[in-house]
Amino acid sequence: MTVVNEPSPHPATEAPAEPLLDVRDLHVEFRLRDGVSQAVNGVSYAVRAGETLAVLGESGSGKSVTAQAIMGILDSPPGYVTAGQVRFQGRDLLTLGREERRKVRGAQMAMIFQDALSALNPVVSVGAQLGEMFEVHRGLSRKAARQRAIELMDRVRIPAAAQRVGDYPHQFSGGMRQRIMIAMAMALEPALIIADEPTTALDVTVQAQVMELLAELRRELDMGLILITHDLGVVADVADTIAVMYAGRIVENAPVHDLYRAPAHPYTRGLLDSIPRLDQKGQELYAIKGLPPNLMHIPPGCPFHPRCPRARDVCRVDRPPLYEVTDPGSVADAGGVGGGGRTSACHFWEETLDDE
Amino acid sequence: MPEPPHGPGQGPAHGLPPDPHTAVAPTGGPALDLASSEAQTLEGGQPPGGPGPEARVGSLWSDAWRDLRRNPVFIISALIILFLIVIAIWPSLIASGSPYKANLAKAQEGAEPGHPFGYDVQGRDLYTRVVYGARASIVVGVCATAGAALLGSLLGGLAGFFGGWGDAVLSRVADIFFGIPIVLGGLVFLSVITSGSVWPVVGFIVLLGWPQISRIARGSVVTAKQNDYVQAARALGASNGRLLLRHIAPNAVAPVIVVATIALGTYISLEATLSYLGVGLKPPTVSWGIDISAASTHIRNAPHMLLWPAGALSITVLAFIMLGDAVRDALDPKLR
Repeated sequence: MTVVNEPSPHPATEAPAEPLLDVRDLHVEFRLRDGVSQAVNGVSYAVRAGETLAVLGESGSGKSVTAQAIMGILDSPPGYVTAGQVRFQGRDLLTLGREERRKVRGAQMAMIFQDALSALNPVVSVGAQLGEMFEVHRGLSRKAARQRAIELMDRVRIPAAAQRVGDYPHQFSGGMRQRIMIAMAMALEPALIIADEPTTALDVTVQAQVMELLAELRRELDMGLILITHDLGVVADVADTIAVMYAGRIVENAPVHDLYRAPAHPYTRGLLDSIPRLDQKGQELYAIKGLPPNLMHIPPGCPFHPRCPRARDVCRVDRPPLYEVTDPGSVADAGGVGGGGRTSACHFWEETLDDE
Repeated sequence: MPEPPHGPGQGPAHGLPPDPHTAVAPTGGPALDLASSEAQTLEGGQPPGGPGPEARVGSLWSDAWRDLRRNPVFIISALIILFLIVIAIWPSLIASGSPYKANLAKAQEGAEPGHPFGYDVQGRDLYTRVVYGARASIVVGVCATAGAALLGSLLGGLAGFFGGWGDAVLSRVADIFFGIPIVLGGLVFLSVITSGSVWPVVGFIVLLGWPQISRIARGSVVTAKQNDYVQAARALGASNGRLLLRHIAPNAVAPVIVVATIALGTYISLEATLSYLGVGLKPPTVSWGIDISAASTHIRNAPHMLLWPAGALSITVLAFIMLGDAVRDALDPKLR
């Protein structure tokens, strides 16, 4: 995968095909009563068909807002996209009219929400909600749509789908509800699915099943998948690439195995170190000190510097660009000469990379 | 994101059988393709489009109707209302005499054979007058409520959904109407109309009643709009009209129904108040309100004159409130 750092042409060596989704230098701000909150400050990432991009970050790092801006469901006011491009299948979505964008939603790109109980309409049966996709976008009759709904429920392995199609969301368990959300999102076989913390509200065993289902459907339909999460355990198995966000910016972008093996940004390292590990039983669990910055007053320089164990003077004044990372340990970057698709927004990424 | 107004703990309740489907699904099964899912469908004995799924699935309203038919509160109140409507249309079915025929010799006398409710102050048969009075009260109550509810929920719903300056203008206009004292307003508006029929009264009540409904409708649409499922439906490509009609309206309608049924009772008694003041219905129109106000000055020597029309009014109001309650419960699938 190519990391599109700034709005720049793709390297000639890459396949000429444009990525499915190419977000370039996206800026989103919220104009609130007590000031302007800079939620997204120049995010760029790309997803190709059949690929999974995991977007990691703490609450408030801008991952969900980026997704909403891509989908075009940002509440406006107060949220506004102030700059950037969202190129999807070769078109810049931000320049499309409202009605055109609505037709893209659901049919070409769909979204899975965190809490299926609140994301499903409590007074509409699940069959009717699933069928609605076909009624809205395909003009099917209600009866035909219901038949498709049963097929979809079968497809996401809801037992006895034909009997349960008339049930209401609250009559399903959490895992089943999330399957229904997934079924709704993939109903029209979109090219891209954005899953916003799809497993956060589920218990661990069900999490694994839902992730497995999602990965399976992605393979089958050759969809692009953006997986937004703050759970590092979830992404390791399913993601191809990881983008780590902090204070509305991408701070590191790397193939999943490279990132886990040797993070190139102190924030990523902090996240990895704060995973509880069985072989360190009895020791105090590591935590990144401090709090994420107030998005109305993002610190100058590197936004992570107040919390960074590596911070030096330059970090307080100079905002690091996304450096290309040369990583000799990476499979994609065999010679250690770059081109492995890794970037890091840290002045001292080399030290961080070598650090053990 | 705001939390949903309900907790997840209300799960499978109310007579649902123990549900095997909520158990976790088997994983690691055969590859997920449509062929195998079709095979499962056939094994389950459910031919596509068969009666099984069709029988279970209905719209919100048909499910609510199935629920209502089994609800005794609904049946009782609906029967009362049906009865009232029938006698409002054909009062001569159960009252043979004329509501105007007066026999002053019998003024204020109590019940006697053939005249179960007694006589009013002018010696007219009270039973006949109560039966004939249903029409005015029902017409005023139902039409005024329907008008106020439709106008109020339409304006309030649109204002709540779209917001912006339209919302601001509408809310201020509603505030102005809200600020008009209803009795004083009635004296001013209705004193210029001399017809004494029900329609000016209905129009006046709608004019002053819609802001109450529109406030409720606006508030509940604003609440429903913020729910995740509205955002989710938008993310899946639903248009504004579909969002409003299919996702927001059913979730916002319950408070409107409750307030409207309570308002219906108020409107019927408001008609009585206005008639008492001489600006509402006027004789020769027969209404409970007119009879109640006529009886109120004789309450000590002839309480039956007040009792019967007031009782009819109370039962009517109660029936509509019970009906509203039952409908509201039926529209909430979580209570099923």
